[in-house]
Amino acid sequence: MFDKLLSSEVIEETLQIVQNEFLLGIWETFYVTIIATVFAIVIGLPLGVLLVSGEKNGVRPLPKGVMHVLNAVINLLRSVPFLLLMVMVFPLSRLIVGTAVGTVASIVPLVIASFPFVARLVESSLREVNPNIIEMAQSMGASPFQIIVKVMIPESVPSLLSNFTIAITTILSYSAMSGIIGGGGLGQIAINYGYYRYKYLVMLLAVILLIIMVQIFQSVGTRLSVKSDKRLKGK
Amino acid sequence: MIEIKNLSKEFQTADGTVEALKDVSLTIHDGDIYGIIGMSGAGKSTLVRCINMLERPTGGQVLIDGQDIGALSKMELRKIRREITMIFQGFNLLMQRTCLKNICFPLELAGVNKADAKKRAMELLEIVGLPDKANAYPAQLSGGQQQRIAIARALATDPKVLLCDEATSALDPKTTHSILELIRDINRRLGISVIIITHQMSVVEEICSHVAILDEGHVVEEGLVSEIFSSPKSKAAKRLVFPEGADEILLDPKGERRIRVVFSGAVASRTPLIAKLAMEEQIPASILGASTRSIGDKAYGNMLLGITGDDEMVRRAMEYLRSVPDVLVEEVTDNV
Repeated sequence: MFDKLLSSEVIEETLQIVQNEFLLGIWETFYVTIIATVFAIVIGLPLGVLLVSGEKNGVRPLPKGVMHVLNAVINLLRSVPFLLLMVMVFPLSRLIVGTAVGTVASIVPLVIASFPFVARLVESSLREVNPNIIEMAQSMGASPFQIIVKVMIPESVPSLLSNFTIAITTILSYSAMSGIIGGGGLGQIAINYGYYRYKYLVMLLAVILLIIMVQIFQSVGTRLSVKSDKRLKGK
Repeated sequence: MIEIKNLSKEFQTADGTVEALKDVSLTIHDGDIYGIIGMSGAGKSTLVRCINMLERPTGGQVLIDGQDIGALSKMELRKIRREITMIFQGFNLLMQRTCLKNICFPLELAGVNKADAKKRAMELLEIVGLPDKANAYPAQLSGGQQQRIAIARALATDPKVLLCDEATSALDPKTTHSILELIRDINRRLGISVIIITHQMSVVEEICSHVAILDEGHVVEEGLVSEIFSSPKSKAAKRLVFPEGADEILLDPKGERRIRVVFSGAVASRTPLIAKLAMEEQIPASILGASTRSIGDKAYGNMLLGITGDDEMVRRAMEYLRSVPDVLVEEVTDNV
């Protein structure tokens, strides 16, 4: 396998594929990841807030039953393997985007798989907020909504940014998996050429590009998180 | 005026019911600086949190200018909390906001427009002596400066009462002194009543006019600071006034008369008081116990003097000591 891997014939063919398909692949992976992350945050952030504020000792306690259901649904969605989830949400994808396969359709299972994860990440970020600061806000007459919007979320921005970075890199790797259902992007290139047609060099290059994208997202995210943290300003 | 009437608070814990406050009644008049002192676990923090209903009392009432605040709706309660603001041991500043924005915070909550809030915040930065820190973040300030910002924030909504929950306990003595000066200044200039929760006797000595001593959820003694200091009656009060256990000295019956001298900010460090008493009045006094400290050029604390002599001599000694400003003198007659 390896002697053939680097023969001039293979290299030429690989370059051809790289030229024709990789640019589109990178773009597809990029926008699918970004769009899915945005939706996952839009759904996951409010749920994460509810998980913390709705607790017994939270700023706006919710009925126990509601909290149980919320936790159960999140755990349920988190425990379904992504590969199965993709297939299970076919009907939903058809309903929302009109088709169950293709690049845009793959956004639906990505969002379903990642918003519960984002909710848990948001929950852990918000729990880091000093309870004394929340008490301070209450002592100044803040309403539960004001505490959430003006204290809990702004005070945990650095932690939220670093957790959203974890989310985006996880969603990126999920999006590669969605190549199986024609999800497009680098994942599909790797599966089509590497898995179905034994062109390992193409697969290897696609994987390397995925790794590079993860690295870029991670370092940009970490930098944003550190830069946003006003606690780290020197005296 | 704040009237606390028969207040009690019980907590349900795994080990059963804990009574944090038992039948506490206090009256705090407008303009007072009222100290509530007690050891850890005496119920001080619970008491102060019942005043603004951060903790709901299980019995009794808190009346502010005659209004029972336990009976208010959530909305009304939020409104009245703008008039009873609070500062904390840990300062509790919003770490991701600038100092200016921290001071604007309660104004934002109250719906004041941004320009007015900013103007008010700048005035307050001036009052607390940190006009140059408007755009600094709390992490860039020292503890004392952070507490000043917290005080400015607490003053933003023009409160009637300032609650201080161990506000100086995390600060060194010098910074504590300057924060207390600021609080006293605010009390005098703006006429805001102040309630100070502390475990430090020195804080009460330095700025409070009245004090209540809390022990195991009860108020065991209450009144003017000078009175309680010169003749503490309860065990808890004695323990606080004489942390080193001066009881033994007091019980020693040598037939001498005892005078307690309380320094509340007297410029005494340059005046050798006891030596002058001996030289100018020819009254020899022995020091039976003393717990004093100088902050800046002022003396705080108390001293117990023993004088062997007749009524006349004791009267002259007391008169002499009383002539020094900010010194309180009292003869100790009972077996403290």
